[in-house]
Amino acid sequence: MHNLDAAGHVRGESQYLDDIPVQRGTLHAAVFGSPLAHGVLDGLSLQAARRAPGVVRILTAEDIPGENQIGGIVPDEPLLAEGHVHFQGQPVALVLAETEAQARAAVQLIEADITPLPVITDPRVAQAQGELIVPPRTFRLGDPATAWADCAHVIEGTADSGGQEHLYIETQGAYAYPTDGGGVRVHSSTQGPTAVQRHTARVLGTGMHKVEVDVVRLGGGFGGKEDQATTWGALAALAAYVLKKPVKLVLPRHDDLRMTGKRHPYSSDFKLGLSADLQLLAYEVTFYQNAGAAADLSPAVLERTLFHACNTYFIPNVRATAYSCRTNLPPNTAFRGFGGPQGMFVIESAIAQAAEQLGVPAYEIQRRNLLQDGQVFPYGQRVEACNAGLSWQTAEQKFDLAGWQAEVDAFNARNATKKRGLAVMPICFGISFTKTAMNQARALVHIYTDGSVGISTGAVEMGQGVNTKMIQVAARTLGINASRVRLEATNTTRVANTSPSAASATADLNGKAVEMACRELRTRLLRHAAEDLQMNYEGLDIHDEQVLAAGTPAETNWEKLVSTAYWKRVSLTENAHYATPDLWFDASQEKGHPFAYHVYGTAVVQATVDAVRGTYDVDAVRLVHDFGQSFTPGIDRGQIEGGLVQGLGWMTMEELIYNADGRLLSNALSTYKVPDLYSVPAVLDVEFLETPGHPNAILRAKAVGEPPLMYGLGGYFAIRNAVRAFRPDVRPAFSAPITPEKVLTSLYAPAGVSAAAPAAQHAPTAAS
Amino acid sequence: MLQFYLNDQLVRPTHRAGSTLLDYIRYQQHLTGTKIGCREGDCGACTVLVGELRPDASGQPVVRYQSMTSCLTPLGNAHGRHIVTVEGISQPAAALTPVQQAIVAEGGTQCGFCTPGFVMSLTGHCLGGAATPEDARASIDGNICRCTGYKSLERAADRLTAQLLERDAAPARLQWLVQQGFVPAYFERMPERLAELRAATVADVAARTGGQLEADAARYLLGGGTDLLVQRADEVLAAEVQLLYGQQERCFIREEADGRLTLGAATTVEDLRASELLQSRFPRLRRHLKLVSSTPIRNMATVAGNFVNASPIGDLTIFFLALDAELTLQNAAGQARRLPLRELYRGYKQLNRQPDEQLVAISFRPPTAEEVFNFEKVSKRTHLDIASVNSAARLRVLHGVIQDAHLSAGGVGPTPLYLRRTSEWLAGQPLTPATLRAANELAQQEISPISDARGTSEYKRLLLRQLLYAHFLEHFPQQLTLQELV
Repeated sequence: MHNLDAAGHVRGESQYLDDIPVQRGTLHAAVFGSPLAHGVLDGLSLQAARRAPGVVRILTAEDIPGENQIGGIVPDEPLLAEGHVHFQGQPVALVLAETEAQARAAVQLIEADITPLPVITDPRVAQAQGELIVPPRTFRLGDPATAWADCAHVIEGTADSGGQEHLYIETQGAYAYPTDGGGVRVHSSTQGPTAVQRHTARVLGTGMHKVEVDVVRLGGGFGGKEDQATTWGALAALAAYVLKKPVKLVLPRHDDLRMTGKRHPYSSDFKLGLSADLQLLAYEVTFYQNAGAAADLSPAVLERTLFHACNTYFIPNVRATAYSCRTNLPPNTAFRGFGGPQGMFVIESAIAQAAEQLGVPAYEIQRRNLLQDGQVFPYGQRVEACNAGLSWQTAEQKFDLAGWQAEVDAFNARNATKKRGLAVMPICFGISFTKTAMNQARALVHIYTDGSVGISTGAVEMGQGVNTKMIQVAARTLGINASRVRLEATNTTRVANTSPSAASATADLNGKAVEMACRELRTRLLRHAAEDLQMNYEGLDIHDEQVLAAGTPAETNWEKLVSTAYWKRVSLTENAHYATPDLWFDASQEKGHPFAYHVYGTAVVQATVDAVRGTYDVDAVRLVHDFGQSFTPGIDRGQIEGGLVQGLGWMTMEELIYNADGRLLSNALSTYKVPDLYSVPAVLDVEFLETPGHPNAILRAKAVGEPPLMYGLGGYFAIRNAVRAFRPDVRPAFSAPITPEKVLTSLYAPAGVSAAAPAAQHAPTAAS
Repeated sequence: MLQFYLNDQLVRPTHRAGSTLLDYIRYQQHLTGTKIGCREGDCGACTVLVGELRPDASGQPVVRYQSMTSCLTPLGNAHGRHIVTVEGISQPAAALTPVQQAIVAEGGTQCGFCTPGFVMSLTGHCLGGAATPEDARASIDGNICRCTGYKSLERAADRLTAQLLERDAAPARLQWLVQQGFVPAYFERMPERLAELRAATVADVAARTGGQLEADAARYLLGGGTDLLVQRADEVLAAEVQLLYGQQERCFIREEADGRLTLGAATTVEDLRASELLQSRFPRLRRHLKLVSSTPIRNMATVAGNFVNASPIGDLTIFFLALDAELTLQNAAGQARRLPLRELYRGYKQLNRQPDEQLVAISFRPPTAEEVFNFEKVSKRTHLDIASVNSAARLRVLHGVIQDAHLSAGGVGPTPLYLRRTSEWLAGQPLTPATLRAANELAQQEISPISDARGTSEYKRLLLRQLLYAHFLEHFPQQLTLQELV
């Protein structure tokens, strides 16, 4: 079945935040962001801006009636800067004017009096100076310190991965207006309506019950609107609350790029020990996470890096330590994969380096160390229903890995100016919020007397197709046509205390709640039918809108059933609560059972490098993915294709560059490049791995949002292998993204010298 | 008065000619299917079709539709034309056009925000594009999608290609498209309506000049808007502008009696790319110009705009520097002077041009049968990106000796560079690796790249060397190998 929202999308009728018809008297807001990355905010000159045409009011921290605080995990982030500024673009003042252009023009007239303080952009520098967001954490398994002695080979090195701009095509925004009784209603482009509600209430100094947050859909989120939508929602609400007027705040792209946080850049040190027969015996890794200027979600992202530090490999002795380092960049935040990809990049780099030093293909090491049932993850969870080996073997056979490698070798032997590289990228990704308490959801289901159904959940539709999945779950459970079911906007007054749409778990959590509510309604309706028609309840069923008794049509159908139930005063509304079973985690021991289940898969990636120009193509990605029992294969395939390409972008062309002053240089779509039509692999095969799925997955269809992004790492290693086909004597530094600049620099590095990371040539400008 | 058709309606906006078509569509007309993604022509979420009356091969007036990004389209450029948004092609009720059906069927939409842009680009392709997979894909090369990874959109484009083969077999193309539901029936009336509009507004100089009768009072000369509305949208919005886009006397490509070619200054990049005359002189033209931005931007961007914008990295500037193009500049009094393009630039964004002078024509001698021409461009993303370094070469090599060489290079100095010393030195040298290495040594002295978001200065120096070599490797693979050069 198709995505049920697609028809509205292609007709241009789907409604996004900026499409909401504005009310009379709506004011438009523009944000004055700090021009410096770090300093003491001594004062603001607002006179000129106040006199500018159309300007109604300028709000600063002083105008906040409640608490000037929007920190989610750690209360370290003011809504509007007060006393200090900590990153370039940090919101300092909000201009309200009659038009958007007037508001933007007035922002240009504001001057901030700031005494500069030293700027840190490098996480290692921050760590050395003790600038940590939270204390470091360490995951341990076995004892690497004693295991080194047993290793035939010990590999040490460094791996850096850059940040990534979400580049949702719809920028951040909110539209807020006062409501009856002194409240405020906020239309927000957020993945976390409850976060916007909670922090807005705090900022306004009022109760959450007076703040209603409503979300129809997002024009892309990818994690960028999980926590970071809160600022704009709360600012619009603040202005609406203070001025008693409707206020719209939609960020221009340039503001969005420089003011919001991104995927965390990481710099990491690794040490990997192998036996003579390429068994991984010990792994020590230290992660330096570039958190930016405030905690945001960084501690949670950091934790997931640790959870995925070994990717899909079993290593008996592990010590993984992670530092969340405070720098003067915008607070970095959630991005599809949530720290997992950064952790995986390091272990894959370590394996690649080991392979090069030992003169074996990396996939020989990968293949010999895949997880198996009965083993244990470094965080204590047992490996169960593991598909690491199955997905690898399926890929190896379906794609004839040996033959493919032989073809690549033959091509390289034939060609002097073009070189190819092949890489295998297996993945294992844990599904659940790692903060156990967040693994809960509710659904409110109304059956109307005409038989139509309205469903509210905490899920936010942002392109992942969760609306379609919820409708499918409801239609299947109730036995009716999907066309009868509507998914309502996500609204904090209908479903409260929601977890954000994140962690790939939205369909599982909310879907289970929908399933529970619909199952209860179905039971109730069939009990009514049994009574009404004097039939035996056992054996009653609803299928294709027809009530069946022991498999044969009874004298009622869905519409009649609903109608008669109403007249018998049977409740046609149900509210269900779901909490994922069996989850726990003890942070004091760093052990537990944090994940409902794991998703596995294996991708094989081929790239071709133009040795004259240093450009490259990722030619082909063929992958086997563990979907479980997909009930929306079209949507799920779309998640794989889109996630993969986003991962390839992160690994190849998407390069965030900050200068030493903490200013973003790649600050427009002309300088920050994401994949376009021509840069995606010509061949992209997605094989559905037949697995039973998992009972914790909705209808046994495994979560699919984040895992495919990590196949993109294969693109990095394929390109790197192609470079080495041209220059076997060069070992390019592990530094993602592998831009054409880094490729060319490696292709023509001085003989016998490991190429320095060209990122360092931007240094001290590059934050990665 | 500014007048144009917006979908099925004649509109007469009173807004400034330099304001954007996008704002008018969304905020004055509340046609919210056209989305704002970046306001710099780099994402395509605001793509609309712009229809212009033109005689077809048989002389019948037809409307040619091109995709453009409405964020960079000055409202004034809509004058006399047919602007089509997604609302203007959608069928009543819930029916979907074949383009919309193809996207839905292939899962080519996820969050949906970029989708109307893709729908418009593909609809434009169906109206006028060639029924090939390459053309179908090229039509969406200016549309960025962050969700799907494009494969589903490629599949949708391929579906349409199969259908368009029927279109080409139909006796009346537009009628067939209407019958198949690609566009509503009112499209059949548009040639007539635009002809009427043209007749009614032909003398309306004020509209053409953005409300100014005196051209020299205009603060900005606006072509396709693809640079000025990126750099200075707020200023242009508030200023008096003179509109040059699509002016017939400045849109031409012709061969002169002496064999030189002349281009009108408002000729667009896509006009160049589509010109059979140019293709006959530059066999690799389509491939080279595919590296210049995207289809919608090429539909808007003018040759003169690329020159006078004076970006050190302007693709067309680099292209024409190697050809030693000559410019015709005309002042307010109508006096013209000739100036070699190589003498246009005095410094970073500084032009050898009087304030009242306009660039009206470009003339150059095309490569002869003895010569080869090459254009190279490397950027972070191969397409729809600004070069880290670009370079063009016009070469004449006979009997293993370089008779003549003209090399240009962008991104390696404050202005687009003609590598004069390197070019002069190469003339008379044997075509050998040693010659090219020595040429590179000279070229390295002529350039002064800086480190920026497009690369470090060291990288740009290395890349320029490689592109110099690439010119020769492309055309003389029998005489040279990469391994001998590096």
